[in-house]
Amino acid sequence: MVNSVKGYEYLEHTADVMFRAYGDSPGEMLGSAALAMFNAMIDTGTVRPQRTWKVELRAESLEQLAYDWLSELLFLMDSEVVVFSEFQVDLKQDGEIWRLEGLARGEGIDRSRHPFENQVKAVTLHQFRVEGGADGWMMQAILDV
Amino acid sequence: MLNKVEDNVYEVPQGYQKGMRVPGRIFISDDLLDMVEPGTIEQVANVATLPGIVKYSMAMPDAHLGYGFPIGGVAAFREEGGVISPGGVGFDINCGVRLLRSELDVGTVRPLISDLIETLFREIPSGVGATSRLHVSDRELTDAFLGGSGWAVEQGFGTRKDVEHCEEQGCLKGADPAQVSLKARKRGRPQFGTLGSGNHFLEIQRVSEIYDSEAAKRFGLFLGQVTVMIHCGSRGAGHQICTDHLGVLSGAVRKYGIELPDKQLACAPIGTPEAKNYFGAMACAANYAWANRQIISHWTREVFGKLLGEGEMPLVYDVAHNVAKVEEHQVDGKRERLYVHRKGATRSFGPSRPEVPASYSGIGQPLLIPGSMGTPSYVLCGQDRALELTFGSACHGSGRIMSRTQAKKTFRGTDIKKALQDEGIKVVATEPAILAEEAPGVYKPSRQVVDVVHNLGIARKVAQLVPLGVSKG
Repeated sequence: MVNSVKGYEYLEHTADVMFRAYGDSPGEMLGSAALAMFNAMIDTGTVRPQRTWKVELRAESLEQLAYDWLSELLFLMDSEVVVFSEFQVDLKQDGEIWRLEGLARGEGIDRSRHPFENQVKAVTLHQFRVEGGADGWMMQAILDV
Repeated sequence: MLNKVEDNVYEVPQGYQKGMRVPGRIFISDDLLDMVEPGTIEQVANVATLPGIVKYSMAMPDAHLGYGFPIGGVAAFREEGGVISPGGVGFDINCGVRLLRSELDVGTVRPLISDLIETLFREIPSGVGATSRLHVSDRELTDAFLGGSGWAVEQGFGTRKDVEHCEEQGCLKGADPAQVSLKARKRGRPQFGTLGSGNHFLEIQRVSEIYDSEAAKRFGLFLGQVTVMIHCGSRGAGHQICTDHLGVLSGAVRKYGIELPDKQLACAPIGTPEAKNYFGAMACAANYAWANRQIISHWTREVFGKLLGEGEMPLVYDVAHNVAKVEEHQVDGKRERLYVHRKGATRSFGPSRPEVPASYSGIGQPLLIPGSMGTPSYVLCGQDRALELTFGSACHGSGRIMSRTQAKKTFRGTDIKKALQDEGIKVVATEPAILAEEAPGVYKPSRQVVDVVHNLGIARKVAQLVPLGVSKG
């Protein structure tokens, strides 16, 4: 599996990590966002994509779904003591409901090989936004570290 | 745009932003104000728009940019017409600090400092991916959510005296484990009994200066004495509890028709099911954090006992930095029950408050203000003037001034380690990069911050502590 990402950038923030993630589609944007979040913790180049975790979510808005997707990855990281480096996200809109089927690939945390620089505690809603249209998609988030 | 009210007091006028119900108050010196980002002042103004806010939206001298409330933010809300918001508590619920004191002199400890800090680093799991030596059952986790420090003491981690020397006696009332999700339990269980990462630390210190000999004596502190400071919180359990309830409260904002300038200020009117459920879950996380610090204290004592024959190490005090609590305060001549939110702020209760432990009566509660790795930490005592000015609150630390990315560009972890070593401070960390992010230069000078609260009379300086050895996650 190759990262289906368009890219992301970090913005200056005094205490926390702020990023913008981009994609041609909302799914691609969410893959970029996940990579931005994990690269804020560790050089994901050190993480072997050995196992795959499946994430299924539904929400009433794309913004809510974006928040839930990132939060779900943090939950998996802590509860299963794992770290991810590749992501793939498929989205479907069903009337008012957005559905996400996501894959996260990674491995168990091995402290001898995984040089964590910090840990994201949570995704904040402060200045959280998702924007998009025919020209592409962008989301912005501030992570509590 | 800010009005100077008097020395160390600035007002954010009610007209600063649309919808402010009260003005803002920033308790800060002119020099420190220059380091405050405009976004921080905006966050003070945002909090002032929340329903039922009493007197002012406040910020302490260590104020900096947060999410929802600024870091260093304090606000109190009326029981009638007020709200409770996780934006005023944060994700790391009851992140806090405790201080253990030894009877040892620095001369005895210094030759062993490397061995001591490395053993502590090994015995107390820290850093990302660290799992606890404890394997608690679901039932035990529930009991910890309900019992806090007291539960840990009952399990053999410490003494009854420890509990008396914790804010709220190490247990926030009103905890409701039914409001804690399975996810929060799953995140919290493997991390119960771990220090965490980022700005969390365990530090061996020496008392380098005494400002108030009477209060220092009552707190059991003397010049040259070795102390241990522990800074950590509710780990993944707290982070998940906040995340879960933020979702519910975002819905409550729509349901109760509350207008918010920032989504992170999601809240619910006090008394509604959403508010009660959040409070019950938040109290569980607060108690988890108190139990966590209690367990870590016990392991610290074991290491000191083994290496130095000093196993007692009484607890000076334990303070919460991120919490919402029900407290009684005087408002316009009347006693009122208020929901006081402190986000990166410490309670500072003076001698008149019954919450001050009997052993410190007439003095006030101890406040523990950690510095950054190379800068001093301070012990202060609460003053009654804080009740008039800040709902009994003061600063919690020194406050960041440089972003993590900028810190990594400016400093190298290995250089920081060497510079600290040259000053006689032994540092162990999982990764050098963490040391760059937490370098002394990324924080405001801690002395300037505590001088503001001292000069305002909301807390009084008692002692200064400087690091000998630091364990970082």
